[in-house]
Amino acid sequence: MLAGCSGKQSTLNPHSHASTDLANLFWVMMAVALGGLALVTGLLVVAWIRRGKRGFGSDPDDPHPGERAGWWVVIGMGVVFPIAVVVALFIVSDGLIVNVTSAPAASSTAMTIDAIGHQWYWEFRYPGTKAVTADEMHIPVGARINLVATTADVIHSFWVPTLNRKIDTIPGQQNRILIYAKNAGVYRGTCAEYCGLQHAHMSMLVFAQPKAQFRAWLRKEAAPAASPTASLERQGEQVFLNGACSSCHAIRGTSAAGYVGPDLTHLASRTTLAGDTIPNTPSYLSRWIVDSQHYKPGNEMPDLQLSGAQLHALVAYLESLR
Amino acid sequence: MATTAPPPSASADEVLERLERMWQARPGVLGWVTTTDHKRIGLLYFWTTLVLFAAGGAEALTIRTQLIQPNQSVVSPSTFDELFTMHGLTMIFFFIIPMTTGAFGNYLLPLMLGARDMAFPRMNALSYWVFLASGIFIYTSLFLGMAPNAGWFNYVPLSNAQFDPGHAIDFYCLGIIFNGISSSLTAANFIVTILKMRAPGMSFNRMPLFCFAFLAASFGLLFALPSLTADTIFLFLDRNVGTHFFDVAKGGSVLLWQHLFWIFGHPEVYILIVPAFGIATEIIPAFTQRRVVAFPLVAVAELLVVFIGFGVWAHHMFATGMPTVTVVFFAAATAIVVIPSTIQVFAWCMTFITGNARFKTPLLFIAGFIFMFVAGGLTGIMFLAVPFDQQVTDTYFVVAHFHYIIFGAAVFPIFGGMYFWFPKVTGKMYFELPGQISFWIIFVGTNLLFFPMHIVGLEGMTRRVYTYPSGLGWGPSNLAETIGSYITTVGIVLLLGNLVVSWFRGLPAGPDPWHGATLEWTIPSPPPEYNFAVIPKVSSAYPNWDYADRVEDRRKLAEAAMVLEQGHEQPVTSPIDGWWAEIVEMPHDSPWPILLALAMSLVFVLLLLHLWVGAVFALSGVALALLGWHGKEPQEA
Repeated sequence: MLAGCSGKQSTLNPHSHASTDLANLFWVMMAVALGGLALVTGLLVVAWIRRGKRGFGSDPDDPHPGERAGWWVVIGMGVVFPIAVVVALFIVSDGLIVNVTSAPAASSTAMTIDAIGHQWYWEFRYPGTKAVTADEMHIPVGARINLVATTADVIHSFWVPTLNRKIDTIPGQQNRILIYAKNAGVYRGTCAEYCGLQHAHMSMLVFAQPKAQFRAWLRKEAAPAASPTASLERQGEQVFLNGACSSCHAIRGTSAAGYVGPDLTHLASRTTLAGDTIPNTPSYLSRWIVDSQHYKPGNEMPDLQLSGAQLHALVAYLESLR
Repeated sequence: MATTAPPPSASADEVLERLERMWQARPGVLGWVTTTDHKRIGLLYFWTTLVLFAAGGAEALTIRTQLIQPNQSVVSPSTFDELFTMHGLTMIFFFIIPMTTGAFGNYLLPLMLGARDMAFPRMNALSYWVFLASGIFIYTSLFLGMAPNAGWFNYVPLSNAQFDPGHAIDFYCLGIIFNGISSSLTAANFIVTILKMRAPGMSFNRMPLFCFAFLAASFGLLFALPSLTADTIFLFLDRNVGTHFFDVAKGGSVLLWQHLFWIFGHPEVYILIVPAFGIATEIIPAFTQRRVVAFPLVAVAELLVVFIGFGVWAHHMFATGMPTVTVVFFAAATAIVVIPSTIQVFAWCMTFITGNARFKTPLLFIAGFIFMFVAGGLTGIMFLAVPFDQQVTDTYFVVAHFHYIIFGAAVFPIFGGMYFWFPKVTGKMYFELPGQISFWIIFVGTNLLFFPMHIVGLEGMTRRVYTYPSGLGWGPSNLAETIGSYITTVGIVLLLGNLVVSWFRGLPAGPDPWHGATLEWTIPSPPPEYNFAVIPKVSSAYPNWDYADRVEDRRKLAEAAMVLEQGHEQPVTSPIDGWWAEIVEMPHDSPWPILLALAMSLVFVLLLLHLWVGAVFALSGVALALLGWHGKEPQEA
C-alpha cells in the first residue's frame, strides 16, 4: 500500500542507493518499534487481566508487592535494553548510512547542478553550460550528481524522496547533496520547508534519462530560443517583448532578461506548469496567463489585460519555444 | 516572624472560626478579580485555557476539513497559513502550558505540599492576568485579519519585514514575549513554593512525584524562555528598528533564529509533557493502591529528562546543512534522552501490574497515555537516525510523531487529571459510564486522526500545505484523519459535557473517593480557603496512606493545635530536609496584580502600534502599579 503505483513522491519507493538504504532503515526501525509498542501494550493488558490481584504471589499484606521484580524490569527493559537498541541504531544510521546520503566529496561527481529556490518555483542551472530551466530537472541515469541548493529569497528545502533525503536552502549558505537515480523515470520532488503562501505548489519533476538522451536535452536547453517563423508566433514574440512579460521572465536569445519569474527559453519542452500544478498544454497555458491567481493565489504574476488576439499569439509563440 | 500561642481560653471551635475569618475571600466578582488564592487562580486558568483550547481545536478542525480531499478550497491559502500558525501557538502557549502549570499546578501543588498558598500569591495572580491579557492580545490579531502566518516556529527570513510586512509577526513577537512573562513568573513561583513551602517533615525524598515533575518543568521554563525572548526581541528589532540580527546581507545569520528558537523549543517539549507525567504518577498509585515502582529512579528521571532535553535542540535542524560532526553529536544526545523516558514507562507499567489496578476513567486515560507516548516516543527514537530524520523532517510523519506526543502524552493525562481531581475541586462525583465512553471515543478518534499521518508523511506529503494534488495517493489517509478529528471532537464534547452535568447533578464525592495517596485527599472537597486547618504531619511521599499521621492530625484538630490562626500564616521549611524554618505572614487579596497586568498590556499595545514614546510613558504606569504593590498592606485584627 505504501509503495504503490502512486508513490512517485514516496520515501518507500526508492530509486537510488541512498533512498533504498533509508527505506530499509525505516522498515527495520518500524519492526523494532512495533515490537516495543506490543511489549508495553502487552504489559498493560496483563495489568488488566490481573486487575484485582496484587504482587506476584507474594504476601498480600506487603505494602509494596513486587517491588523487587519491578526494579529488575525497570532496569532491564527501561535502561539496559533501550541503550542496546539506541547504540545499535546510532552506529548503523549515523555511522554508516549517513555517509551514503550526505553531500558528495568534492570532485567525486560527474556533474554539478544548481537548484535555486524562489517563491514559488525551482530554478535549475547547469554550470559550464548556459542551460537554465524551471521546475523540471533532467539528469543522466546512473551518474553521481553534486546538487548545490541555494535560495533567492526565503528558506526552502529541496526534496526528491525517491532519490535522496532533503536539504534546506539557507540564505548565505551553499548546501550540497548527492543526487543519483538508478533507473530512468520521472521522480516527483517538492519544497519541504514552509516558504509562504504557495508552499503547497512548489513541486518539481526530475527526469532521469539515458546518458545520450540527457546530453541531447542539455545541448538543446543550453541553446538560445529559435526565432519564430510563423507570423502568429512573431506577433506573440512582440507581445512578450513589448508587454509586461519580459520585465519578469527571461528568454535567452531575445531582449527579455527578467529574473522575477522562471526562465521561459524552452518552455514548450516542459511537461507541466507552475511547479507541477497544471499540465503544459496550450489551453492550460492560456488559462494560466489570463488568470494565474486562480491556480496559484498570491503568486507574483499580475493580470496582464491581454486582448483575445494578443493571448492567442502569445500562446502560439510560447508553444514554439521547444 | 514569631508565633504567638493561642490564648489558653480559646476553644477549638473559636480557633477554627478565627482561621476561617483570616482566610475568607471577598464576595462576588471583586473577590475573583483581586484573589490571590491559588485555587481560585487555578480555576481562572482552567476556564481560560478551556476557551483557548476550543479556539485551537476549531482551528484544527478547519485545517482538517480543508485537507479532507485533494484540491479543496474551504479556506483561502492565507487563512490556512494563519490557522496552522495560530493552532500551534494556541495549543502550546495558550493551552497546554497554562493548563498543566497554570491550572493543575496552581490548584494542586500547595495541596500536595501541605501548604496554604503559593510562595508568592500576588505574583501568582499577576501571572494569570498577564496570561489572560497575552491571550486576548494574540487573538485580537485573528479578528483583525492580521494573525501570525509564518508557522509557530516562525523562521526568518520568511517572517522578516521584507517577506511579511504588516503587523502579523509583530503580534507574534510581542505576544510571545508577553506570554513568556507570565510563564516565567509561574515557574519562579513554583520553584520557590516546591523548595520552601512543603509541610514540615516533607523532606525532598518524601515529595510526591507530581511535585518533582513540576519542579523539573519549572526549571525548564525558567531557563528555556530567555532564549525565545531574546530571539523574538531580535526579530522585533530587525523588523521595526533596522537592526540586522538575521540579515545575511549585513552579516547577520538566519540560522541564529533557528538555534535560539530550538534552544527554547526542545526543552519546551519536555515542559509540555513532564507535568503530564506528574499527573500520571499521581493517578496510577491512587488506582493501583500501590506506590510507584522504583520511586527514586522515576523522580531522578523526571528531572533528568528536562536537563538532557536542553542538549538536543539541533535535531530540529538536521536538514539545514550543519557539519556532520555537529549533527552526529546532537543525534547522540537525542539517544541519551530516550533513557529517562523508558525508565518511567516501565515503572508505570510495573506499577499497573504489581498493584491492584482499578480501570476507572482516569486510569483508562493514563493507560491510553502510555500507549500514545510509547508510540510517539518510538518514532521519536527514529529521528536520532540522522539520514532518516533528514528524509522525513517537515513531512506529516513528524506531524504524526509530535501529535502522538503532545496530544497523547500531554492532553490524555490532562483529561485523566480532570476526571481524577473533579471530585476534589467540585465535591461532586462524575458519571463513570459516560466517562469511560468518552475515553474510548477519544482514544479511537485520535489514533484515526494521527496514525495515517505517518503513512502520508512517508508517502511524501509535506507539512503546512494548504492543499495537495490528487494522483499521489494521499486522499484516503487524509480522509481518515479528518474523520478521526471529528470523532475526537465528539469525545471531547462528551467529556466536558459529562463534567458540566456532574457538577450540577453529581453525587457528593466526600473528601477522598479514591483512597488517594497525597495530602489533598486528607481535606474536605472542595478544599476550604486555608486548605489545611492543621498543618499536616508528613512522613512519606504517600502521606494519606500513613494512617497514624492522619490520626494525629485529627487529634490536633480536636485540640486546635498547629492551626496557625493568628494571621494569614503559613510555615516555611528548609529546602532539602523539610524542617521548620519559620512562620510567614502571607499577602492578602490585592488589586495590584490585575492593575499591573493592565499597565503592561498598555505597553505592549503601544509597542505594537510603534508608538515608542507612548510605550515609555506607559512604563511609568507599570512603575506606579509596582509602587502600589509594594505599599503596606492593611493588617487585619
